[in-house]
Amino acid sequence: MTRRLWLRGLRARLLAAFALVTMLGAAAAVWSSAGSASTALVTSYQQQLTQTIDEQIGAVTPQLTYPPDQDALDQLRAAVGTNTLVIYEDLRSVDGADTDLVTDELRSAVRAENRLATQRITVDGKPWLLVGTPIMITAPDGTRTPSGIEVYSVRDLTDVEREIDGLTMSAITTAALALPLSVLAASLAAGSVLRPVRELRDTAGRLAAGDLDARSPPQGADELAELTATINEMAESVQTSIAAMERMQADAKRFAADVSHELRTPLSTLTAVVEILADTTDEMEPDARESAQMAITETHRLVRLVEDLMEVSRFDAGTARLRVEEVDVVGAVRDSLRARGWLDRVELVAPEETLLRLDRRRLDVIVANLVGNALRHGEPPVRVHVSASSEQVWITVTDSGAGLPEHVLPHVFGRFYKADAARTRTPGSGLGLAIALENARLHGGDLTVDNIDRGGGGGARFVLRLPKDPEER
Amino acid sequence: MVAILLIEDDPLVRRGLELALHRHGHDVRTADTGEDGLREFHASAPDLVVLDLMLPGIDGFAVCRRIRAAGETPVIILTARGDDFDVIGGLEAGADDYVVKPAQPTVLDARIRAVLRRGTGTHGGVRVHRDLRIDTTALMVSLHGEQVRLTPTELRLLLTLSRAPGRVFSRQQLLEEVWEHSYIGDSRLVDNCVQRLRAKIEADPAVPEYVQTVRGFGYRFGPV
Repeated sequence: MTRRLWLRGLRARLLAAFALVTMLGAAAAVWSSAGSASTALVTSYQQQLTQTIDEQIGAVTPQLTYPPDQDALDQLRAAVGTNTLVIYEDLRSVDGADTDLVTDELRSAVRAENRLATQRITVDGKPWLLVGTPIMITAPDGTRTPSGIEVYSVRDLTDVEREIDGLTMSAITTAALALPLSVLAASLAAGSVLRPVRELRDTAGRLAAGDLDARSPPQGADELAELTATINEMAESVQTSIAAMERMQADAKRFAADVSHELRTPLSTLTAVVEILADTTDEMEPDARESAQMAITETHRLVRLVEDLMEVSRFDAGTARLRVEEVDVVGAVRDSLRARGWLDRVELVAPEETLLRLDRRRLDVIVANLVGNALRHGEPPVRVHVSASSEQVWITVTDSGAGLPEHVLPHVFGRFYKADAARTRTPGSGLGLAIALENARLHGGDLTVDNIDRGGGGGARFVLRLPKDPEER
Repeated sequence: MVAILLIEDDPLVRRGLELALHRHGHDVRTADTGEDGLREFHASAPDLVVLDLMLPGIDGFAVCRRIRAAGETPVIILTARGDDFDVIGGLEAGADDYVVKPAQPTVLDARIRAVLRRGTGTHGGVRVHRDLRIDTTALMVSLHGEQVRLTPTELRLLLTLSRAPGRVFSRQQLLEEVWEHSYIGDSRLVDNCVQRLRAKIEADPAVPEYVQTVRGFGYRFGPV
């Protein structure tokens, strides 16, 4: 995976493109230079050779008798040198075995055109140059007529060929030497492009991780510098709006905390005096008694609401602290149920004893909320099931009602969320499940909800998961 | 009739609690600042002080420390729920118990009665453990023959633990027996009281002999 990623990275692609271009360029240069060099070499050799032959023949011909006899032909052949064939009608003068190489093609070319002709052939991997020329008779008036004597010479081109091969080899070597240089140049070029890209990536990463002060210094005036400037602007505006949002949120939270704090003093008075009212309702007229009872009920509701609001404020402010101690979860759950008189309304399925380090009060808050909800909104039997593994403990609270509607499930832990708009008057504050969830998270655990056996009419199921040691998160 | 001094700055809360505690059968005197409260405390020598921690002038913590310095009169503080700073600070200042605001008079009354019950004698005779002498009837404790002054809560904790030397009491058990908290007591009450008790009866509170910690379980008396 990493290997494939690396191959697909910008650096690898740039390097590959540079190397390919260099190699193609070098190959083209080698091919064309070697081609033209070899052509030039062969041509000059050929010219030199034909000129020599021409001169040698020219030096001998004035002394020749015409029509020539065998001696004349031999003389001519000797003048030209080895590997030469001289023909006049049926007479032949031959020196050297390689003269067999003279082709009919060359001979007919010489005869047809009455002038010097050359041909290059390769026999058994050996290159040869064949030169054929007719000997012309120049009349006193200057006209030239063919004498019928033909001189053919065969020359070995191996040395020339070797020279050409040497040229090609050195060209290829030079090209090969250029390759590492081009890779180096490609690396430098890639680096200059990739460094700003990498910096931008790091900056974007830091921004994504929440470091809103992260910026990249723009360098130069190219497209990458423009991109850097744009990203910096974007980060700036994101930072500004997030700071504004955080300030507003903090203000709102502080306001809620302040309001609940301020409410506590009048509520302290009310709490103190409604008890006296409650003791004296028997002596009141019916209207007054009902009013007093309403005042008492609503005072208790208000106290509960303010307490829950303050609890939520502490979670928001991050000042909620865990007071962990070794607790038998099963015993603690049973105590929670017993303290509220729920033991005979709730079926507790649990192992003997499950020790856990947790905050006893917060566990009580969670259990009271979940079981209270199940008893209030669900159908009996309500079941509490405690189970444990070596690392976790699960407390599952289920009821046997119709369960929660699908669209409600994602919102049940929301603050003041009311599943049924018509049923707004419940004894709870509307913060119970939100607080239960926060308490679970404070322990490093979580709280989830679903319905058992969907379609089969199962009730709601809340699962509280707690790690065995909240300090080892 | 028990004489209670209520120190609370808000006039309506003060009057409300005064009315309610009076109906529970207590003789209530009130003060609206810490300074006033201390003056009243020295003038009337109440059986118990109910103290709000948020006071103008000298705060509740300072008032609590001065009351503790003056003697063993029990103090119950009024705190915000879950406000650890209040609870820990109040207990360290020597408070015997705390009630969360807004305080229900019934709950406050129950705590007041529980605290006062700690100061009544039992019939366990005299227990002597090396240099420590506990007279459970006269409620006198002495170390090396010198009297040790314990608050009713410290005394009750020592009586409870020394009733069964060697037996381990969990914090929850101690909360039920000493503080009479029926349910979800605050174990910091126990830990704090143990510390104060050790400071008074142990030669080296860091290496206690009489009140020993059993890690993960609670406390036990001895073995001496």
